[in-house]
Amino acid sequence: MGRTLAEKVWEQHVVRRADGEPDLLYIDLHLIHEVTSPQAFDGLRLNGRTVRRPDLTIATEDHNVPTVLGPIADPVSRTQVETLRKNAAEFGIRLHPMGDAGQGVVHIIGPQFGLTQPGMTIVCGDSHTSTHGAFGAIAFGIGTSEVEHVLATQTLPAYRPKTMAIEVKGELPVGVTAKDLILAIIAKIGTGGGQGHIVEYRGEAVRKLSMEGRMTVCNMSIEAGARAGMIAPDETTFEYLRGRPHAPKGEAWDQAVAYWKTLRTDDDAVFDKVVEIDASTLTPYVTWGTNPGQGAPLGSTVPSPEQFDDPVERAAAERALEYMGLTPGTPLRDIRVDTVFVGSCTNGRLEDLRAAAEILRGRKVVTRTLIVPGSMGVKKAAEEEGLHEIFKAAGAEWREAGCSMCLGMNPDTLKPGERSASTSNRNFEGRQGKGGRTHLVSPQVAAATAVTGRLTAPADL
Amino acid sequence: MEAFTTHTGRAVPLRRSNVDTDQIIPAVWLKQVSRTGFEKGLFAAWREDPSFVLNNPAYEGASILVSGPDFGTGSSREHAVWALQQYGFRVVISPRFGDIFRNNATKMGLLPVVLPEDVVGRLQDAAEADPKTEITVDLVERQVRSGDLVVPFEIDDYTRWRLMEGLDDIGLTLRHADAIEAYENGRQPWLPTTV
Repeated sequence: MGRTLAEKVWEQHVVRRADGEPDLLYIDLHLIHEVTSPQAFDGLRLNGRTVRRPDLTIATEDHNVPTVLGPIADPVSRTQVETLRKNAAEFGIRLHPMGDAGQGVVHIIGPQFGLTQPGMTIVCGDSHTSTHGAFGAIAFGIGTSEVEHVLATQTLPAYRPKTMAIEVKGELPVGVTAKDLILAIIAKIGTGGGQGHIVEYRGEAVRKLSMEGRMTVCNMSIEAGARAGMIAPDETTFEYLRGRPHAPKGEAWDQAVAYWKTLRTDDDAVFDKVVEIDASTLTPYVTWGTNPGQGAPLGSTVPSPEQFDDPVERAAAERALEYMGLTPGTPLRDIRVDTVFVGSCTNGRLEDLRAAAEILRGRKVVTRTLIVPGSMGVKKAAEEEGLHEIFKAAGAEWREAGCSMCLGMNPDTLKPGERSASTSNRNFEGRQGKGGRTHLVSPQVAAATAVTGRLTAPADL
Repeated sequence: MEAFTTHTGRAVPLRRSNVDTDQIIPAVWLKQVSRTGFEKGLFAAWREDPSFVLNNPAYEGASILVSGPDFGTGSSREHAVWALQQYGFRVVISPRFGDIFRNNATKMGLLPVVLPEDVVGRLQDAAEADPKTEITVDLVERQVRSGDLVVPFEIDDYTRWRLMEGLDDIGLTLRHADAIEAYENGRQPWLPTTV
């Protein structure tokens, strides 16, 4: 019987297999940031251990960093960043600190440098590591104990997750994006729908996505509960990688591409679970609740808890509507927002900024609008195209690279009761600041919303 | 980590689904570089509400959290596990767990127990009716017992053994250093390094 893409990549990385034990899996790339690593380095020191492969490890500062120029004001945040600098120096790990041209959100810089390649295993102490699966890598988030384990051994003991196919039939209509697709998928299968599985996104609509779009889809696999998300590499992948600093060169490139072309699910392979979704019927999607599964088409209304048959879902909807301050039956387009955020590892890449700029060109924003490039590399590229001038002319704020308003760890937060349209990945209670209310949207919807002050699709303008 | 064989304690009923790790420990608490002191941040936002179950003195000293489905979804922060443990929890029972949370918990010796939704409901009912109700979580027998209720739970042999022995994963893996080195010698030549 044939094998799935996930099975092929997994098998290639098994260091040791024994009955009744998890596989010992080799890790090709370990990404590090300041938040989930300090206790892991402490653990190494306590036990007199060292980093086995600093040459397969890279660190950046992202979660705590302010997105305006200047030092970190919060002493606790500053200590955490300084701790990473000390640890990176002590253990010989390459670090891109604040202000460095290579600095950025950890899941933006891996692909940007060409370090993320097909068929690799990639981990990071961050759940959105699933982003890198867009290249046909197995990439997943780990906790601090596992960060320490990878630092010490370059391996992880793990059971191979089950496999799940999400078959996206048809084509995405014009004006419907990768973000809308993944929000619709999560609304369909729920926040636990992918639990215990590596998801492979397949089908025509997925093949037609750019690498940026594929990364947006894989990024949010974790919001459907999946261990990882993957897309088989193809010409789009190879073209993206060609010429990047860490991509193979010359003969090695040809060898690599020949291998990468074998990284597809065999025709007779069987997935443990298959879900189908029709792309051609999708429209822009937004969330109304406090988990990413609580989403609906922008053209619909705030649902009533009574619409949910399952008592657990009904109770969750009731609680979510109370937190969000929403009334059932309200058209989603009537919801007013105070702040718009374009950025994050979900939608902070050049293509996302271009999409937002196209809508903001010649228009004015009526909300506080933060445009935050995912990395200094993205910032530079955007400025070379003049995107920053469009944003500034529209009245939006053009910021430095970082996680920014995706999570409340840095100065970019919502005040209690404030409402945002955000291109990030989580609408959890308090995620963007205590009491803040988050609607997850695409960059296009975010930009259009900034113009009207209400949840808006570009086509409505 | 501390070994886990059998634990008997009182339970806190948490009647919520999708208890994500941002609720268990809000991001602002993740700025610490130490491994201690996280109990103060446990459910920090929810604890501001006097009616939140953890504020009920009847549940003081309880060591088993009984939650609705999809407990520990979201972020990979192991701080969520540290916060629960440092507050005094040894076990979390839920019909479903986020994968990363469950993994992190077993690395630290906090036992995640998956039970069917109706059983979780019965345990919550019992803990609400009488907060003194005791639950025994027996990892040796893979069983949860409370009053007349005796229900089995599943956990793989390896994780169970590791928890019962209180073993550190890194030490176990380093026994296979030869296999790791052999694997490294056969890696594909084009794979990138960060240097």
